[in-house]
Amino acid sequence: MVDLIWLVIALPLLGAVGLLFLGKRIGEPNSGRIATLLVIASFFIALIAALPAFGGDFEGENIFLFEWLPSLGVNFSLLWDPLSAMMTLVVTGVGALIHIYGTGYMDGDSRYPRFFTYLNLFIASMLILVLGDSFATMFVGWELVGLSSYLLISFWFEKPSAAAAGKKAFVVNRIGDFGFLIALMIIFATFGSLSYDTVFGNADKLQVGGATVTAITLLLLVGAVGKSAQLPLYVWLPDAMEGPTPVSALIHAATMVTAGVYMIARSASLFSIAPVSSGVVATVGALTALFAAIIAIGQRDIKRVLAYSTISQLGYMFMAVGATAYVAGVFHLLTHAFFKALLFLGAGAVIHGMHGEQDMWKMGGLRKKMPIAFGTMVVAWLAISGIPPFAGFWSKDEILAITYGKGGAWVALWAVGLVTAALTAFYMSRLMFLTFWGEPRWDDGIEPHESPRSMTLPLVVLAVFAAGAGLINTPFRPSLEHFLEPAFAFIKVAHAPEGITPWVLAGVSVLVALGGIAVAYRRYVTRTLPVEEGERWDLVENGFGVDDLYGRTIVLPGKAVAESAAFTVDAKGVDGLVNGVGGAVKRLADAATVLQTGQVRSYGTTMFLGAVAVIAWLLIRGGAF
Amino acid sequence: MFPVLAFLVGLPVVAAIVIALIPKSRSELLLPVAFGLSLLPLAVAGYMVWTFNTAGGFQWVESTIWLQQLRIGWTVGVDGISLFLVALTAFLFPISILASANISDRLRGYLVSLFVLETGVLGVFIALDLVLFFVFFEIVLIPMFFMIGIWGSSNRRYAAIKFFVYTAFGSAFLLVSIIALAVNAGPALQTISFQWNELAQVPMTSTLQTWLFFGFAIAFAIKVPLFPLHTWLPDAHTEAPTAGSVLLAGVLLKMGTYGFIRFNLILFPEATVKYGKWIALLAVIGIVYAALVATVQPDIKRLVAYSSVSHLGFIVLGIFALTLTSVQGGIIQMVNHGLSTGALFLLIGMIYERTHTRKIADYGGLASTMPIFSGFFLFAVFASVGLPGLNGFIGEFMVLIGSWQTFPVLTVVAASGVVLAAVYLLWAYERVFTGPPGKANKDLEDLNPREIAILVPIAFLIVLLGVYPKPVLDRMENDVNAVISRIEQSTSYERPTFDLEGQLRISVPAEQGNNSSGESSEGSE
Repeated sequence: MVDLIWLVIALPLLGAVGLLFLGKRIGEPNSGRIATLLVIASFFIALIAALPAFGGDFEGENIFLFEWLPSLGVNFSLLWDPLSAMMTLVVTGVGALIHIYGTGYMDGDSRYPRFFTYLNLFIASMLILVLGDSFATMFVGWELVGLSSYLLISFWFEKPSAAAAGKKAFVVNRIGDFGFLIALMIIFATFGSLSYDTVFGNADKLQVGGATVTAITLLLLVGAVGKSAQLPLYVWLPDAMEGPTPVSALIHAATMVTAGVYMIARSASLFSIAPVSSGVVATVGALTALFAAIIAIGQRDIKRVLAYSTISQLGYMFMAVGATAYVAGVFHLLTHAFFKALLFLGAGAVIHGMHGEQDMWKMGGLRKKMPIAFGTMVVAWLAISGIPPFAGFWSKDEILAITYGKGGAWVALWAVGLVTAALTAFYMSRLMFLTFWGEPRWDDGIEPHESPRSMTLPLVVLAVFAAGAGLINTPFRPSLEHFLEPAFAFIKVAHAPEGITPWVLAGVSVLVALGGIAVAYRRYVTRTLPVEEGERWDLVENGFGVDDLYGRTIVLPGKAVAESAAFTVDAKGVDGLVNGVGGAVKRLADAATVLQTGQVRSYGTTMFLGAVAVIAWLLIRGGAF
Repeated sequence: MFPVLAFLVGLPVVAAIVIALIPKSRSELLLPVAFGLSLLPLAVAGYMVWTFNTAGGFQWVESTIWLQQLRIGWTVGVDGISLFLVALTAFLFPISILASANISDRLRGYLVSLFVLETGVLGVFIALDLVLFFVFFEIVLIPMFFMIGIWGSSNRRYAAIKFFVYTAFGSAFLLVSIIALAVNAGPALQTISFQWNELAQVPMTSTLQTWLFFGFAIAFAIKVPLFPLHTWLPDAHTEAPTAGSVLLAGVLLKMGTYGFIRFNLILFPEATVKYGKWIALLAVIGIVYAALVATVQPDIKRLVAYSSVSHLGFIVLGIFALTLTSVQGGIIQMVNHGLSTGALFLLIGMIYERTHTRKIADYGGLASTMPIFSGFFLFAVFASVGLPGLNGFIGEFMVLIGSWQTFPVLTVVAASGVVLAAVYLLWAYERVFTGPPGKANKDLEDLNPREIAILVPIAFLIVLLGVYPKPVLDRMENDVNAVISRIEQSTSYERPTFDLEGQLRISVPAEQGNNSSGESSEGSE
């Protein structure tokens, strides 16, 4: 089955190409069904291929597809190892559920088949990213998911804000890719190849903490920061919520944005010998986690809360991989994929049932109207808040414990993580209480209703995982760690502290989470709803005006530079000089009007005659040789 | 042996004559006959690509000396460097003819011009005699001058004259340099010779190399065009008819980049090593500068013209970085740029025929009224910004990865062009295609079958080269290697080695079958 792993990519790719051309003819329900079935098929192929890996001690295999760029030392080949297998299962598994959900959510959209074309394209791209066996193939997938993301964010392109959001996502990602590209240049100049085999197999030749490996890893981080929406390049993700909600769930929560975490985990051989870079990774992660969690508190739009929440949770994953706790990072990636996808899909169900309303202040009391959406979202809420035994508790706590265990300055990062945990519990509870509890605050004419089965089924499945997935990697039974072990063999990784410490830490974080929930409960349920307006709330809601800041310091000056380059330097300067010279020559020539016939033919003749004269002269001289 | 190349170059001449002979009463035949005839060189070029020996070296060489005393003659050949430029040329002409269906004024003259142009361009890419090269180089000017000047839009006269005078100015340097080169080699060769392979054998003083290097370089830099010699291009592009723009961007500019490799690198290796960085500097300035200028252009055609300047900068950077990867990347990028920018100009031509405006501000919301058109446009945009899976990526990626070792700082700056390209192209796309359609654009008709037929072959090649560039890379690899080796032999230049060279464990590239993953591949040091 491993030899057929290319099918995992090929099936959704086929779906994308097929639906691109035939989608309109196939029409509404069937195009979505075909796309969904293809992704489900991919999932099962991946599952079967991964079976031997579940037994443990699975080193991985390279699967050669075709010769590609020989001078860069890379073929188009895939790597099937525990890490890529796990990622593939997440992408196709969560992806399949979201496809199913999409068949209901996009019901009646005028470009329904096109939606599934793009969704399938995204799955194929993401699988190239995680399955490629070289930095070059990773970069291919990396850019292609950027394309899919662009297409899906601006899916409703008639809305100018959606079109602008898509472009913003692509451009900001490209800024990250700029760093990624330079990293690739240095990797190639160092190793003479971009294939993982060569690079990771020889990483030990580099000086630990040396300039080369530090530069490579920091530049890779720039790429990761762009794709995974970390400080300072996170600004595209909140805007990306302009896309249809299944897209937000799949791309901007569960899969694509985790690509940066995957990249760092995949490059563990390099990051683990670059302590400075790893420290930077963790610091960026911690700061992002805190910063985004604060902003999430001030959001009124249910999807934007979740967007900032995603940024914040990705920050945890960065903390983990920065602490060289790669398994913990990937573990949180996994649990987050379940509970965040669930939260987005639940929010989508709410929005769907509320006829497109996204403002939580216009919701309230939806518990009884949408019992399934409510019930499943409760699971996700407890999971993200870190309440045991739900999934998020195990993964978040492992990160915090390892960070604390590293001691020194890392304890400060642990503290940031802990504060973030409290804030997370608070803003998620705020979301839940405003949406589902209290009195209805709906606009007139809205009659909230539960969503169709195609949408609730994925919610239920995801809820099961959001509840239970944490159990695959508990301190009692670290199955995921065993599973992933071969991928991080030979790499020095951080482990959770021994003894009583982790239990105390876990107790502290649970208390903190309960505290967050309790504060929110008093504020939004037991008392009359507070008024969240005024300057301070505006500031938080606007994300501390970072977008404006970028606008004023980068976009506007950039435009001014471009304008002066175009309309002053180029038009008046460079071209002015050319025209000036031309004019001067013309005036000179006017003086000698005899020669100035104004006809190209005669210029040509003159030139030709001149050439003949020169050649004749050469002929005569040539005779002397 | 059958003179394949003479046949190839002769076909458009014959086509021009046939077109000229079609009686006035049957002028409806002009276009179909021209299209049919233009497929013949394409067939020959296809045959050449198919049968090209990947071992490299010049193939289908013909050499007939016309003027023994000066050793001027018909010496032609195609190697891995020129093969795909010949193919690209032969491919773009039928497309251009199809795209000329709306030309009604003096169609016959227009088509004759096109075929003369094709002869000239093909000749440039195959000539191995410097006088022959120069003649073809100049022949190209005349039909292009007419195409802009007669069939162009409102400001065509200014653009045509600017184009002609600017490039003729460069040609003057080229001619003088060619003659000086031949004269200098005279004593060593015992005769004056304009044969490329003979001249390449003759050593020269470094002063003379410098002079001649720059003599050639000026001519080619204008053609490319390199900053700051680029201002003729936006005018020419904007005013030229669609086919003119396609061919200008697609193949005419490549005469400059091709010239750099064939002449500057081969004939003046010492000067190349010494001054190449200055040319690369201009190229990189051009990448960033033209990208910035493109961003704020109000005219969509001008925007694409400036994007051309920016993209050509990558090619020149790759050429002068002198590594196998970078030069290969540069050459494949010549082909790629011809396809993707050609597609963009074709698309702009199609919308211009409907709206008679090129102003970005006049558009808006076209994606809802013309979905097929906007799909193709977005496709071409992404090919142009170097999206993997499409052709632009391969060239850009190879140029950047390959150039770093030679010019690290310049290459980093060049890489920012990748970000800027996304900015100006996607912003333009946003303004033209998204949002609600304005009143003026509500009833536009989507592409018709003819227009789709024009675009499909280009789109096909864009994907093919993007996914599987190996056939192209294979055919040029040995010849590119030979060029760099030549420079290494005749100068102190050495190809950069990678830092861990010699220390690496041998890593077996993944073959079909089951190799274990490489965390622990064993081997020697």
